Amino acid sequence: MAKATFEVPELSQYLDVPPVTPQTMAHSKPFVAKPEFQAPLGFPGELMDDWQEKALDKMGELLGKYRSLRVYLDSCVKCGSCTDKCHYYLGTKDPKNMPVGRQDLMRKVYRRYFTLAGKLFPKLVGAEDFTKDVLDDWYSYFHQCSQCRRCSVFCPYGIDTAEISMAAREIMDSIGVGQKYCNEIIGKVYTIGNNLGLPGPALRDTLEGLEEDVFDETGVAVRYPIDQVGADILLVTPSADFFAEPHVDGLIGYGKVFHEAGVTWTLSSHASEAANFGMFIGSYDNMRRVAQRIREAAIELKVKRIVFGECGHAWRVAYSFLNTLAGPWDFLDPRYPVPQHICEFTYNLIQEGKLTFDKGENDDKVLTYHDSCNVARASRMGDTPGGQFEIPRAIIRATCNHFYDMDEDTIRDRTFCCGGGGGLLTDDLMELRVKGAKPRVEALNNVMLEKGVTHMAAICAICKSQFTKVLPYYGMEMDQIVSLHQLVSNAIVLTPSLDGEDDEDDEEEAEEAA
Amino acid sequence: MSFLTTVYAYLYYFAALVLLAGVTFKVVQYARTPAPLKIPTTPAPTTKAGVVLRMTREVVLFESLFRGNKWTWIFGWIFHFGLFLVTLRHLRYFMEPVWLPIELVQPFGIYGGMAMVVGLAGLWARRFFVDRVRYISSPSDHLILALLIAIGCTGLLMTFVFHTDVVAVKSFFIGLYSFDPPPLPGDPLLLLHLFLVAALMIIFPYSKLLHAPGLFFSPSRNQVDNPREQRHIAPWAKRLEQE
Ligand code: SF4
Ligand code: SF4
Repeated sequence: MAKATFEVPELSQYLDVPPVTPQTMAHSKPFVAKPEFQAPLGFPGELMDDWQEKALDKMGELLGKYRSLRVYLDSCVKCGSCTDKCHYYLGTKDPKNMPVGRQDLMRKVYRRYFTLAGKLFPKLVGAEDFTKDVLDDWYSYFHQCSQCRRCSVFCPYGIDTAEISMAAREIMDSIGVGQKYCNEIIGKVYTIGNNLGLPGPALRDTLEGLEEDVFDETGVAVRYPIDQVGADILLVTPSADFFAEPHVDGLIGYGKVFHEAGVTWTLSSHASEAANFGMFIGSYDNMRRVAQRIREAAIELKVKRIVFGECGHAWRVAYSFLNTLAGPWDFLDPRYPVPQHICEFTYNLIQEGKLTFDKGENDDKVLTYHDSCNVARASRMGDTPGGQFEIPRAIIRATCNHFYDMDEDTIRDRTFCCGGGGGLLTDDLMELRVKGAKPRVEALNNVMLEKGVTHMAAICAICKSQFTKVLPYYGMEMDQIVSLHQLVSNAIVLTPSLDGEDDEDDEEEAEEAA
Repeated sequence: MSFLTTVYAYLYYFAALVLLAGVTFKVVQYARTPAPLKIPTTPAPTTKAGVVLRMTREVVLFESLFRGNKWTWIFGWIFHFGLFLVTLRHLRYFMEPVWLPIELVQPFGIYGGMAMVVGLAGLWARRFFVDRVRYISSPSDHLILALLIAIGCTGLLMTFVFHTDVVAVKSFFIGLYSFDPPPLPGDPLLLLHLFLVAALMIIFPYSKLLHAPGLFFSPSRNQVDNPREQRHIAPWAKRLEQE
């Protein structure tokens, strides 16, 4: 078991709701972004002197720009339906991690300065001045929300705490209090092109390496092209897919699927990142800027379609916002939705009978599936509502013999967050991440005990990274988490390339591209 | 007009004005605030008709609350349904002649009144007994419950114990339309009941009671899930594009 400087929660068989224990997580704060990370995003470097006034101005601006914020701050009746739904509350017992408790950190300021009742009778309606202490609470607790939207499922008014966390982070950024992890990453996207800061040549090397590995293993020349002008499909995938386990196994899988589909495809060194951290900090401007890169790459490479790799937040931004932020996409082939998810792509091929699988290849595993929050509660796959639940499961069933779902209350739109989403996947928040993962790990543990499950498949880069790190704290193995397309990759039966393309040709082309 | 009648007449004009103007202002404000991104909580309907169905289930059955917490749902639904019946029953004070459906609903209105009080009592008990709900309750949450329970109880007392001259009450309200109401009966219970209702009307647009119009404007519930098919761009975001 990994060493921890905090107490790792004990797993129980049934979800028990802990008693309210104030301030258990008040100390949990991510590192503050230094001025050099703030500037490229258009934010002031450090806390301004007249921050309170500026923050209230910004809040007023956002109230006029976002109906969600306005309606959600007014509408909560304190019914309590959301109080036991957040994995961070369940894992930490801190009442400011109850969704309504978190919203109230902003609501009390909103009431004080923007409502008559709060101006006249602050005590009565729980309104409070925007003091430095309140701001500190904002910094702690709005960075203890993974924006997973589980709370919004159970709220009678659909109040989405994620919207409030995003607004709070944008307000904090606008007065110079940014979070290091997110802002540094967005900066890297602007300067180098992806979250991990991998430059083009490194990507090319990796992909060549993958081609060789796959050829050695299968004897089939599966291609992993980058910057190939005129390819049919632009694949946009999280940069973790380029090197880290288990992500890269997923990328290998996508390549094999494209190979079997007989389509040409390419990655782009310009849009070499699918994730869009602009969403985590609630910044429309930054989210738009990050999204525009995909448009530029699509035009530059003259592709006909765009497909996204496995990633939850990336898929939410892609599915829900790409058309809005970077559209219109009228230069692409209108027969395909823009964008498509790799799972939709693979699923369609399975439906058409174009893929052959040897399920036995995955017989060393008994699987379960983790629905990622942003896929489950904020996006869709396929044509019908809920396709995002069915399509990945259908792929798993097509590629494996042993699959069991976790408890109904913890999957599909009630899925529990991995604990690392929303810009919290940073080592300075390890305690929060471990505690927040408790409800998910508990459900996993139960199917391990009851059904003999050995592995959990996921389609989100953040989930995969988070579990790899966090499972050991609970005495599990880091490699129990697998990419969904890793299962595809294991089981798919490859057709040798017919066009006589051999290894050498491949290298030449890769050189040309370089 | 007697002094009391005058006071109540003005009180009700004022309350009606605040309620109408306040709620209208809020509704217009909500409607005019753009929703720049599609954020329905999925699985969400892909058609407008589907959204109407989803909203109807939320309004009539409190579907999400049902999934969230059964106790709150039972008490909350009993209270709101009771309130609905009571409101229908009270419409007879405001119309002449009384429509048939309102005639028919009269006896159920009484049960509605009882249900309302039971539901409220349950909701209030949760504020004391469930530590999480206790933590999030502010004085105003307790006060609004107290106000509603007091309205329900004074109403029920007039129905069952201290009857008041309902014919005179009705003439008073009908008289308000022509700015010349006949005298209001001087029963303390009636005056208290009417005073509390006026207070409720006045605080409505300034309190969490805004959840009623708010629900209809909640983007996570009222949006169609079709962002790939249709560009969804707010006026202020469009301006960014022209830059
Ligand atoms: S969005 Fe998720 S993390 Fe944030 S408060 Fe709601 S349930 Fe908790
Ligand atoms: S479920 Fe919604 S209305 Fe109820 S307390 Fe939570 S946020 Fe407020």
